[in-house]
Amino acid sequence: MTQMFRMASGGIVDRSRTIGFRFDGRAYQGHPGDTLASALLANGVRLVGRSFKLHRPRGIFAAGAEEPNALAELRTGARREPNTRMTQIELYDGLEAASQNRWPSLRWDLLSLNGLIAPLLSAGFYYKTFMWPASFWEKVYEPLIRRSAGLGRASREADPDRYDTMQAHCDVLVIGGGVAGLAAALVAGASGVRVMLCEQDFVLGAGLIGEDEAWRSAALERLAGMANVTLLARTNVFGAYDANVVGALERVADHVAEPGAFVPRQRYWTIRAGRVVHATGAYERFIAFPDNDRPGVMLAGAAATYVARYGVHPGRRALLFANNDAAYQSLFTMQDAGVTVAGVVDPRADSAAQAAARARGITVWSASQVVGTAGSLALSGARVARIGSAGTDTLVAADVLCVSGGINPAVQLATQSRTAVAWSERLASWVPGAALLPQFSAGAANGVTGLREAAADGARAGAGASGAPADALGLPEDRPSDVTVLPFWEVKGSGKAFVDIQDDVTADDIRLAAREGYKHIEHAKRYTTHTMGTDQGKSGGLVGAAVLAEARGERVQDVGMPTFRPFTSPVTWGAIAGTSIGKHFAPTRLSPLHEWHVKRGAVFMDAGQWVRPAYYPAPVDGDGWDSVLREARAARRGVAVCDVSTLGKIDVQGRDAAVFLDRLYTNTFSNLPVGRARYGLMLREDGIVFDDGTTSRLAEDHFFVTTTTANAGPVMQHMEFYLQTVWPDLDVTLASVTDQWAAMSIAGPKARATIERIIEGLDVSNEAFGFMAVADATVKGCPVRVFRISFSGELAYEIATPAGHAQTVWNAVLEAGEAFKIEPYGVEALGLLRIEKGHVTGAELNGQTTAADVGLEKMFKKRGDFVGKVLSQRPGLTDPSRPRLVGVRPVMRGDQLRAGMHLVESGTTHSLGWMTAVTRAVELEGWIGLAMLRDGVARIGSRMQAASPLHGALVDVEIVSPHFVDPENARVRV
Amino acid sequence: MIRIDCPSCGGRDEVEFAYRGDATVVRPAGDAGEEAFHDFVYRRANPRGWHVEWWYHQAGCRQFLKVVRHTMTHEVHAVARAGDRVEVPAAEHTGVPAAEHKGVPAA
Repeated sequence: MTQMFRMASGGIVDRSRTIGFRFDGRAYQGHPGDTLASALLANGVRLVGRSFKLHRPRGIFAAGAEEPNALAELRTGARREPNTRMTQIELYDGLEAASQNRWPSLRWDLLSLNGLIAPLLSAGFYYKTFMWPASFWEKVYEPLIRRSAGLGRASREADPDRYDTMQAHCDVLVIGGGVAGLAAALVAGASGVRVMLCEQDFVLGAGLIGEDEAWRSAALERLAGMANVTLLARTNVFGAYDANVVGALERVADHVAEPGAFVPRQRYWTIRAGRVVHATGAYERFIAFPDNDRPGVMLAGAAATYVARYGVHPGRRALLFANNDAAYQSLFTMQDAGVTVAGVVDPRADSAAQAAARARGITVWSASQVVGTAGSLALSGARVARIGSAGTDTLVAADVLCVSGGINPAVQLATQSRTAVAWSERLASWVPGAALLPQFSAGAANGVTGLREAAADGARAGAGASGAPADALGLPEDRPSDVTVLPFWEVKGSGKAFVDIQDDVTADDIRLAAREGYKHIEHAKRYTTHTMGTDQGKSGGLVGAAVLAEARGERVQDVGMPTFRPFTSPVTWGAIAGTSIGKHFAPTRLSPLHEWHVKRGAVFMDAGQWVRPAYYPAPVDGDGWDSVLREARAARRGVAVCDVSTLGKIDVQGRDAAVFLDRLYTNTFSNLPVGRARYGLMLREDGIVFDDGTTSRLAEDHFFVTTTTANAGPVMQHMEFYLQTVWPDLDVTLASVTDQWAAMSIAGPKARATIERIIEGLDVSNEAFGFMAVADATVKGCPVRVFRISFSGELAYEIATPAGHAQTVWNAVLEAGEAFKIEPYGVEALGLLRIEKGHVTGAELNGQTTAADVGLEKMFKKRGDFVGKVLSQRPGLTDPSRPRLVGVRPVMRGDQLRAGMHLVESGTTHSLGWMTAVTRAVELEGWIGLAMLRDGVARIGSRMQAASPLHGALVDVEIVSPHFVDPENARVRV
Repeated sequence: MIRIDCPSCGGRDEVEFAYRGDATVVRPAGDAGEEAFHDFVYRRANPRGWHVEWWYHQAGCRQFLKVVRHTMTHEVHAVARAGDRVEVPAAEHTGVPAAEHKGVPAA
């Protein structure tokens, strides 16, 4: 017999269809419209998990997002998702779920012995028990804790599903699709403004089920007919951010085994709303009493929901423990649906609902309380005693104990928007005060309960948010329900009275925290982990605060509450990452010559967003080094060509362009003749080197600036900042032209002989076109700019051409160089050549180095202001013992150097510097490297050791000049 | 998330902008000395309240905009071009005692 707790009728599950699912390997049946929780209850499954720390048996406690216990690992394999709330998992055919934190099985959990050593696991136990000795932490305590405490296991496989990222705008956002939210959306929607409504449940207006279903279906029909209203079910608004921006998670395909083709599993919405209506409802809170966590103890509203919505009896025999009349309606709903009622335990002496219950033949223990529960893996009864009567209690048989300590309006999102809260004596809870932003709270979230009153409040909020009149809306029928409570938080007695069921935090833990000085609510929270679980203390947060208040001798409202922050419910990393995964994480930038590199078989590497050829393997090469050395040799001895299109390029024009550059660079550009280029060094205002590159003067009022590939964007921003905000009087215009110009560097003794064959309209002889000359010309009719600049240290020319001509010009260069066995060279050979030459790049200009550190102090002009000049002269930055750029060679030429090696005096371990770049050389034997070294200049000629403990490497090295090749810089001038 | 009403591009999300700090500090003259530059680079008022600051519309018009933002609520009171004057509200923001955001210089 399956589903023996399912009622023959009632609720909105589809009994015409039966679907199968498995829980902990066992097969069960349910119906469409069920949650995993309702289907398990229908099958009489009461034990669904073990608690986080103490491994106590736990059952289904709630019917929604506030569920602390019923957490499951949903699905298997790569789609396994831990800590999903069974109360929110929509049942689908073939669903597989498993309980968590039990070993070896849910019924026989060996670690439940933790309960016996529970005194050791009290508040702050991590801090106290495991502090000493320190070495025990890693070896003993941590593995022990990891074994015994915790929730579900994440899958270790890659997530096969896709997640979408959505942006939306609306005039009115209604958060919550209960009766108040529906009313607000109806009123706002009728006014014609753009309305969005987000509801975390897969059903809208669930509270109307079994009450006024006609109003519910009419409302849903009307909303569906409004083109200006977007309804998002299965969508939880998890956070409120500045200026009415909210984040929401739509579970698009969590209610099926796997998403269909081209369907994301979830969507992450960023919604920008003009006005927001918080119709987020309220969460029922429990009462702390001994053993209030036994499977079968359940929130009263949840028990009624299982009956009214799912047609499931949460038990055979129900007992209610409540301090308010509204909770009696939950019991009456159950009684009307055929659940046997064991009675009501009410700390109040008398009330209207108590009389109504007696009229229904229900036993009422007034002025009484539940002092304990009986049963082991499931509830068998509760011990009831009159308040104040010591020692005499009655065991009342019941397999479901409905608890209600009142309701807490769900003010989480409102307070995230800095809406202050006020204390309501009637609810003994916090209600939203005046909103700072254009926001409205409505219905139970506003402390207004009862379907009719909540709908009217929702209509009022919808009217306020849209400017439409509210009075046209018909209101639903409801039954009397008074949520006025006698504040009642805790029953003291022997046994654990939990205030946070998920985190195993008891009332005693809170008192211990208070005794030990953690009296502030935020401190008590962190010391005990109270409200830090996935349920964020929705049903027990205030209960713990009340216990703390008593311990402090204050009122609950004076203790306050911890700050609510996003996320109100857990959000998967997949949804947060969205589409920004893999190659979609950042744009990929390709040189206009990329296709040629691919055809040539280049091995590529990432350089920021750019993809650049590292080297071009040839059949003769044994490995990558062979390729790199072959390419570099071509540049040193013949001719080679490198695609340098990725360099940042900024076009600077205007009457004051030269003045502007003078103020930005350490050196002078106003005296640079037209048709010449100059190397420039740029500092940050704090005196540290920012970037370097060559700048060419194309006309009196026209400069062409190049930056390093990595700093193209930052340099542009730096220039714009000074131009727009510091010197707005200068007549200068900037344009980034990085992508507009392709560029190639032709380097080597045969560079001139190569380009002579193709350059049209320009004499490139040494006499006519000397080092650092710049001129326009054409190649195969394509316009080019020719720069006689060199990064490699060889005779070199850089040819820039509009990107569309790149391939034509590149081909012409290769054709012209064929006679000299021209080779293309990649970034690795480029690096090799610059290290041999001692030129600096980002490895040395790392945001910590000064011009003097890298040997460029002579580039400071004597006169005039420039950015960074003043602060670059600070004592700390001019200290001569600062690490300075040097060259390094192994004494044994065969020894390998590694980037990041530390330089130490032989036989010591005190680091005096570090290797910034290393390479095998072509002009010298073996490895060479650059390093930043304390007292570097003084140490040139001395011997040290380069150490890389990670690799177990210790190499004797000699400190040399960083300029290994042609220190006189003669080659570039031939 | 802040929305900035760019005078060139219209209302845009903060993700299009890069923050560039206090817009009331003025770069000293080149001969003003180390102390003055130290203050220019490092010293900031860090007020709770209204703050006049630079936002660079990196993914838009590339203009540095002067934004008057409340550092507690992130409310944006005014957005202007770099050369324009902006007004700092005299009235305190709801929930912020008046005393706590005095002394913010007008830019």
